[in-house]
Amino acid sequence: MTAPTAPPELVQLLTPEGERVEHPDYDIDLTAEEIRSLYRDLVLVRRVDLEAVALQRQGELGLWASLLGQEAAQVGSGRALTDADMAFPTYREHGVAWCRGVDPLHLLGLFRGVNHGGWDPYEHNFHLYTIVIGSQTLHSVGYAMGIQRDGAEAATIVYFGDGATSQGDVNEAFIWASVFNAPVVFFCQNNQWAISEPLEKQSKIPLYKRASGFGFPGIRVDGNDVFACLAVTRAALRNAREGNGPTLVEAFTYRMGAHTTSDDPTRYRVADELEAWKLKDPIERVKAYLFKNQLADQEFFDKIDAEADQLGKDLRARCLALPDPEPGAMFDHVYAEPHALLAEEREQFTTYLAGFEGAQ
Amino acid sequence: MTTLTLAKALNEGLRAAMDADSKVLVMGEDVGKLGGVFRVTDGLQKDFGEDRVIDTPLAESGIIGTAIGLALRGYRPVCEIQFDGFVFPAADQIITQLAKMPLRSLGKIKLPVVVRIPFGGGIGAVEHHSESPEAYFTHTAGLRVVACSNPVDAYTMIQDAVRCDDPVVFFEPKRRYWDKADVEFGAPGLPLDRARVVREGDDVTLVAYGPMVKTCLEAAAAAEEDGRSIGVVDLRSLNPLDMPVVREAVERTGRCVVVHEAPIFSGLGGEIAARVTEQCFYRLEAPVLRVGGFSTPYPPSRLEDHYLPDLDRILEAVDRVFGY
Ligand SMILES: Cc1ncc(C[n+]2csc(CCOP(=O)(O)OP(=O)(O)O)c2C)c(N)n1
Ligand SMILES: [Mg+2]
Repeated sequence: MTAPTAPPELVQLLTPEGERVEHPDYDIDLTAEEIRSLYRDLVLVRRVDLEAVALQRQGELGLWASLLGQEAAQVGSGRALTDADMAFPTYREHGVAWCRGVDPLHLLGLFRGVNHGGWDPYEHNFHLYTIVIGSQTLHSVGYAMGIQRDGAEAATIVYFGDGATSQGDVNEAFIWASVFNAPVVFFCQNNQWAISEPLEKQSKIPLYKRASGFGFPGIRVDGNDVFACLAVTRAALRNAREGNGPTLVEAFTYRMGAHTTSDDPTRYRVADELEAWKLKDPIERVKAYLFKNQLADQEFFDKIDAEADQLGKDLRARCLALPDPEPGAMFDHVYAEPHALLAEEREQFTTYLAGFEGAQ
Repeated sequence: MTTLTLAKALNEGLRAAMDADSKVLVMGEDVGKLGGVFRVTDGLQKDFGEDRVIDTPLAESGIIGTAIGLALRGYRPVCEIQFDGFVFPAADQIITQLAKMPLRSLGKIKLPVVVRIPFGGGIGAVEHHSESPEAYFTHTAGLRVVACSNPVDAYTMIQDAVRCDDPVVFFEPKRRYWDKADVEFGAPGLPLDRARVVREGDDVTLVAYGPMVKTCLEAAAAAEEDGRSIGVVDLRSLNPLDMPVVREAVERTGRCVVVHEAPIFSGLGGEIAARVTEQCFYRLEAPVLRVGGFSTPYPPSRLEDHYLPDLDRILEAVDRVFGY
């Protein structure tokens, strides 16, 4: 760690123009097939997101938190995970969910209000969404401590935002991870905004620098560069699995959309900022790279677009077909064991509902 | 008289409080430029500046903890908790510090902190955005807990809460934010710790607060068509309870149903039922009944209509209270 010249602050392997660049500490060797497959994931998750926004606008979802602009951070980090690694998301990690093999319909179900999550966290090693800001960082550290005690070859990754770094829970998670040398990667997507509050309201220093005070490395990566996100996260996860403790990865990116479909960003941020970030689009640069290096032709891109459209269509149809839960479902799964109070209330509720049927 | 939504009435009340006392501060997440996610603080930062309307870092414990410090230094912070489900990171500061510090100083310290919390369901939201956590706070000695139900009260109650030298947890019925009423600027309201009879009735008394007051009034109107005279009491103050007003209303009818969105079990309704039973025992024709949420976490939005007390649930309880 005694490099004569400091490496650039931002790890970038692919420029917005689609040029490959070198970084002294991180590199990645990807086959053409792998790059095409990364491109495919980026396009498909963006399509899922667009469809969800449209569904919300049409009243089919109560809310949606768009990942627009953050596809590379999520696909890059998501693809760095092994099957045995465990991911802890916020409410915006639709791209990571995709990489873990979670059916996007589950995500729609949550935002439609059919259930509070509903996928099996163990099936894909992808935990439930956490809406309370920062809570999941502690869970990920605890899980990592479990991995450590099991002597398993795995790590956890936990996602959170720039705003979340202010929460006590997140800072406690940093301390725990450091003290116990837990195999965890803290993956902070700094999308520059926490609803209406810009980063300056949360931090006076770049977020990745926070890590040093807690006693572990912090790295800032170009969050719109899927190669760099993959390389940096892979290295951090490997490090964690090898017993070298936590890393904070700050993926420097931008929330291109509103905070959620309920939000109106024109009230607090200027359009210029958005325009500047449009030039750093995470998908365009991979496309440019594939084109320039003749690793893909128009036919390939058309095929992916068609696949994306089909995915969107299919998802829409399945979302509209999602049945509303049975009223009694709210009494399910509250406890693992029989519970007298709940049983009594369920009974009363069933009788109450039956009374209406009789009346009709 | 101006017609205002409940959110705007709070906004005007806050504005009046800030005009009246330069020590009044507003702080919370997104309360500045955005004006809060429900726009309750809309325009306040523009008019009072960033020193008095503070966009805080995203940390509820920090918001309340620093508000306590500011109060120790003579300020009157009005803290916004963005949604009911997000007050819990601040629970430690509220329960162990805010509620108890004045007593520990033998009265030398006053902590005039207001904690504003939009509460309750009915807006089709995702998890943690529809909770009714009031009983956690009414159970904590040292806190005053109030809930407004309409724009007129919202306007005066928020000013009274700011003027109060005790910490006040101020619940705002979020699904009623867009309800409108005529508000008279500068007009004094009923004192903060008073309940109000919002509808006189002879047969049964409904006791409610916050969002359920309107639902109870609708139920009472519906029951009138069936020839039943239902009175409605809006508690306004949840700690302390204005028992004289409740008692008088119940003694007139001999029947009482308490309605809240929060789960019935260990909820405020239990406290009210016990007190009504103790104080009106010989006038009661039936036990006090409760209508409220179930002992489940707040359900996903597609089920919330089943969870939330509505006209049918209230009138069914009214029928039952006549069955004794
Ligand atoms: C404890 C808590 N407080 C407040 C909120 C309301 N809230 C939801 S998202 C958000 C901003 C989060 O910003 P950031 O951590 O940067 O994540 P981003 O939404 O930008 O992905 C806030 C304040 C919440 N969900 N949880
Ligand atoms: Mg953010």
